[in-house]
Amino acid sequence: MDLLRRSFLSLGLLAVVGSSGLTTALARAEPAETITVASTTSTEQSGLFKDLLPKFTQSSGIGVKVVALGTGQALDAARRGDADVALVHDTAAEETFVAEGWSTKRYPVMYNDFVIVGPKDDPAGAAGASVVEALRRISAAKAPFVSRGDRSGTHSAELRYWKEAGLDLGAIRGDWYKEVGQGMGPALTTASATNAYVLSDRGTWLSFKNRGDLKILVEGDKRLFNQYGAMLVNPEKHPHVKAKAGQAFIDWLVSAPGQAAIAAYRIGGEQLFFPNAGTK
Amino acid sequence: MFQTLQDTLSRIAALDPEVIAIAGLSLRVSLSAVGLATLVGVPLGGLVAVASFRGRRAVVGLLNAAMGLPPVVIGLVLYLLLSRSGPFGGLGLLFTPSAMIAAQTILVVPLIAALTRQIVADAEDHLGEQLRSLGLGRVRRAAILIFDTRFSLVTAILAAFGRAISEIGAVLVVGGNIDGYTRTMTTAISLETQKGDLPLALALGIVLIAIVVAVSAVASLLRSYAMRAYG
Repeated sequence: MDLLRRSFLSLGLLAVVGSSGLTTALARAEPAETITVASTTSTEQSGLFKDLLPKFTQSSGIGVKVVALGTGQALDAARRGDADVALVHDTAAEETFVAEGWSTKRYPVMYNDFVIVGPKDDPAGAAGASVVEALRRISAAKAPFVSRGDRSGTHSAELRYWKEAGLDLGAIRGDWYKEVGQGMGPALTTASATNAYVLSDRGTWLSFKNRGDLKILVEGDKRLFNQYGAMLVNPEKHPHVKAKAGQAFIDWLVSAPGQAAIAAYRIGGEQLFFPNAGTK
Repeated sequence: MFQTLQDTLSRIAALDPEVIAIAGLSLRVSLSAVGLATLVGVPLGGLVAVASFRGRRAVVGLLNAAMGLPPVVIGLVLYLLLSRSGPFGGLGLLFTPSAMIAAQTILVVPLIAALTRQIVADAEDHLGEQLRSLGLGRVRRAAILIFDTRFSLVTAILAAFGRAISEIGAVLVVGGNIDGYTRTMTTAISLETQKGDLPLALALGIVLIAIVVAVSAVASLLRSYAMRAYG
């Protein structure tokens, strides 16, 4: 039957079109050795990885794929075995991760710092205060404040500061306190649109382009120190983990060339990340 | 606003190879997904239209409802299935373009099947009597009606393509938005918006719309050419 043959022919044609698209997608497979790194939105959105990874790949021949999530999510992905290396910034959570056996060792890599960003006219009068004093003034003035609310390293730092300020967030929070449940960029976007205060890492703030009327009000407080650590996922928990290549990446990060590459990354002349491998 | 528009236009003028690679990946993933979904969805929709069996109404209702499956839920379920700790973890497909193709295929199969079923069912109202009187089985009847309505089916497939290439929830979750590997137009637009680079995000958005318009223009040209050639 002619009609039948022709209809199968057109279906066959579609199949060829579809599957050729599929094979080209599959053929674009990874180079011989590629590791997956679960990391944080702050490292990705600050542009550090774009600068750093090509240098590592050039010296080692190992490709690196970065999945940028909040610290909590990144550690979850690593626990599930969906990453070879985790590079995050929440020391307490990282130590738990190691204690639970998901990794055998945590390597301090670098630090950056948090800043409190807020409206230029500073209705709460937070400018120049310490971080805990600034939070007290913001909450007393019920000035709008944007929280990440996403279990990220920045979010857990923020919660720690509220506690250290002696404030019970559950009791004092109201309309002025907005949880966006997203990455640093969206939190900054929300803050800039509503003229609110927000805790940000300096790197994302410096590379953020839509600042509106916001500026840095609180910085330089010792408590605002933000340590990054790298951990190889334990191959005993997940046998498919590319332990050798993953360890090579960590070793490079904490080596002299890796640390120099981190220190060399700048936006507008400002250094964002300060290498401190081997500290604690 | 004018400043943003001006910046946007200059960004479009300066589109670099990276953007072209991202657009290429978007096209590859969505075309592959729509191709696979067509292979499954068109025969499925055709058969459901001509066959009579118990529970047919339920199947039709299910297909129609599944057209509205939320992409992010498909992404999440597929993430759990493909994760190394999930049942299909051994395949190592999470955070790859293949996982994104799988997610978009699942997303648009119901759409293509449901629209095909409707189109073929309408054609069957006109021709079904004749075909049955020839004593043809349901596979043949479905095939003939699918062939007969092929030009209308192109529209259904285009709708599926539009849904696939513009979704972000599923590809973001199972692809991971990895730079140079699983970053698509939609995830790139979302990332640039998050970074506050609105002109670049808008420029990418205009490129995405241009792609969708171009694909549908090519399809409708092919369709009118084929209609003239084969009537």
